[in-house]
Amino acid sequence: MNERKSRFSSLSGLEIERVYGPEHLKGWTVEQDLGRPGSFPYTRGIYPDMYRSRLWTMRQFAGFGSADDTNRRFKYLLTQGQTGLSVAFDLPTLMGLDADDPMARGEVGHCGVAISSLADMERLFDGIPLDQVTTSMTINGPAAVLFAMYLAVADKRGIPFDRLGGTIQNDILKEYIAQKEWLFPPEPHLAIIVDTIDYCTAHVPKWHPISISGYHIREAGSTAVQELAFTLYDGLTYVDAAVKSGIDVDAFAPRLSFFFNVHNDFFEEIAKFRAARRLWAREMEHRYHPKNPRSLQLRCHAQTAGCSLTAQQPMNNVVRTTLQALAAVLGGTQSLHTNSMDETLALPTEEAVTLALRTQQVIASESETVNCVDPLGGSYLVESLTNRLEEGARDYFRTLDRMGGMVTAIEQGFPQREILDASQRYQKEIEHQERPIVGVTDYVEQEARSIPTLKIGPEVEQEQVARLSDLRKSRDPFKMAGSLEELQETAACHQKLMPALIEAVKAKATLGEICAALKEVYGTYREPVVL
Amino acid sequence: MAVATTPLRVLIGKVGLDGHDRGVKLVVRALRDAGVEIIYTGLHQTPEQIVATAIQEDVQAIGLSIHSGAHNSLFPRVLQLLNEQGAGDVTLFGGGIIPDDDVPRLKAAGVQMLFRPATPMHDIVDFVKGLRVER
Repeated sequence: MNERKSRFSSLSGLEIERVYGPEHLKGWTVEQDLGRPGSFPYTRGIYPDMYRSRLWTMRQFAGFGSADDTNRRFKYLLTQGQTGLSVAFDLPTLMGLDADDPMARGEVGHCGVAISSLADMERLFDGIPLDQVTTSMTINGPAAVLFAMYLAVADKRGIPFDRLGGTIQNDILKEYIAQKEWLFPPEPHLAIIVDTIDYCTAHVPKWHPISISGYHIREAGSTAVQELAFTLYDGLTYVDAAVKSGIDVDAFAPRLSFFFNVHNDFFEEIAKFRAARRLWAREMEHRYHPKNPRSLQLRCHAQTAGCSLTAQQPMNNVVRTTLQALAAVLGGTQSLHTNSMDETLALPTEEAVTLALRTQQVIASESETVNCVDPLGGSYLVESLTNRLEEGARDYFRTLDRMGGMVTAIEQGFPQREILDASQRYQKEIEHQERPIVGVTDYVEQEARSIPTLKIGPEVEQEQVARLSDLRKSRDPFKMAGSLEELQETAACHQKLMPALIEAVKAKATLGEICAALKEVYGTYREPVVL
Repeated sequence: MAVATTPLRVLIGKVGLDGHDRGVKLVVRALRDAGVEIIYTGLHQTPEQIVATAIQEDVQAIGLSIHSGAHNSLFPRVLQLLNEQGAGDVTLFGGGIIPDDDVPRLKAAGVQMLFRPATPMHDIVDFVKGLRVER
């Protein structure tokens, strides 16, 4: 038979045979490897009934310009049927810098919303009932500071902390590996993360203090196996740090959440979600012996792959996103962001983000794919891929264990180099026409099709800088300085940080001032350059 | 044919706060494989740092990667600093997420070339190797 190619492979390079059967599942058993939905090892999903009782949360990541601009977008999305909020911060905020910092020039409000103070946070959530919506905040280096601001807003409105639900991403290891927005060296960062976990356990029980993220690792060019391996190993590193600090594993493990990318390879991605749940359950059981079964369950958010979108023929991106979103749903995600077709060019326009949300709604309402739990369970191909992804991740686990853990591996540039090599292999596959991209390598149109994009004007930065200047003039300087001194003392003595952070933001210390004060105590980080 | 005997030296860098270094690192690898001497700055560089390094390392060209939307302020700032410091003959080029509308203005300001998403790697290599002939 003449086949089109001599070798068929998944997007991550796993060889795919012509047809799959029982011979590909030697040693695999329904009892041990599949189980029932809602039961160990959770391959089929963490709930027995999944989308039959409750659909996934449709959560579009949003943020641009000023707090007021983003507040309007949030309210719009809520009126359009979105069920949770997700905040995108601009780069200065992600780096713990104020809008008037020299390094922030030209960046304010561009990749997300600029939040430099408690006053900005209040405007961001103006008129939004914090006890009724859940809020996810994509913030890592300065996560504890932004979390303190959110808590202070709730406090001012008289909302008890135990009624707040949401997530801070708070995953610094993947920053060193892939996303590259950090403030301090790994050790103090890990200590702050443990501190936020501890604080949530005691005071904000419905909050997810961390979202362990593979999304950025994949966007940086990793394979599905690497995304799975490095993300789950990061997760184990946080669990280890929290347990070593004396927190009972069952007190926090049920509140851990994960965040995965959903790329183009439909079956490989579905298998990745299934492998992630099984691998996490098995590793948590094996390493920490929790008593609460919820400590074994991997909950996750998913986002379609930004790096799969193309600037050429941008409307094709809607189709890519639809397939990726369907894979996340068939994989059993708990919440989902669908990218807008214009996100390879700029932050999305309202029209584009509405279409992206409708994509999820069409899957949920019309495709009838949500009626049955884990509909691909038992497929020879999908079970085989699930096994191979888990095995591939375990190989990395062994290497990382041998290296002495993730922090050492990062300092040696190991995950960074593995990802860069994978990214280069993929680039070469595209250039050698082994991975066609519609509209880019194939079916190219000479006439460019353009779509409207969102523009962020220079006035956003000017206004934010002016607001900061007003804030600095209007506050009590002694109270502010006193709160920062208190914070530095707390940090230097390795005491619990969250209460001091809440006091500092209430005293109108800005994000940049707080982070600069902490850098004096903790130092800064310089990454090993991996080429 | 006049071919320069000194090796071509190019600074490749990330300017501003954005940490998207997937593309830039692949460019560095491709240029090195093509025999170009590369000084890679790493992340989070200010325009001042970029220009200081470029002068100190005596490079013929600077290639900057920007994915953050800050290109309209960062490219002109680097050009301004190069001119102020007597290094106006250094070629500035770049790549990243740069919308169509911004390209003519940046080119008019003096950015020699802007490589956008999905540019074949050999186009970048050919451009950089072409700089040698021009000199």
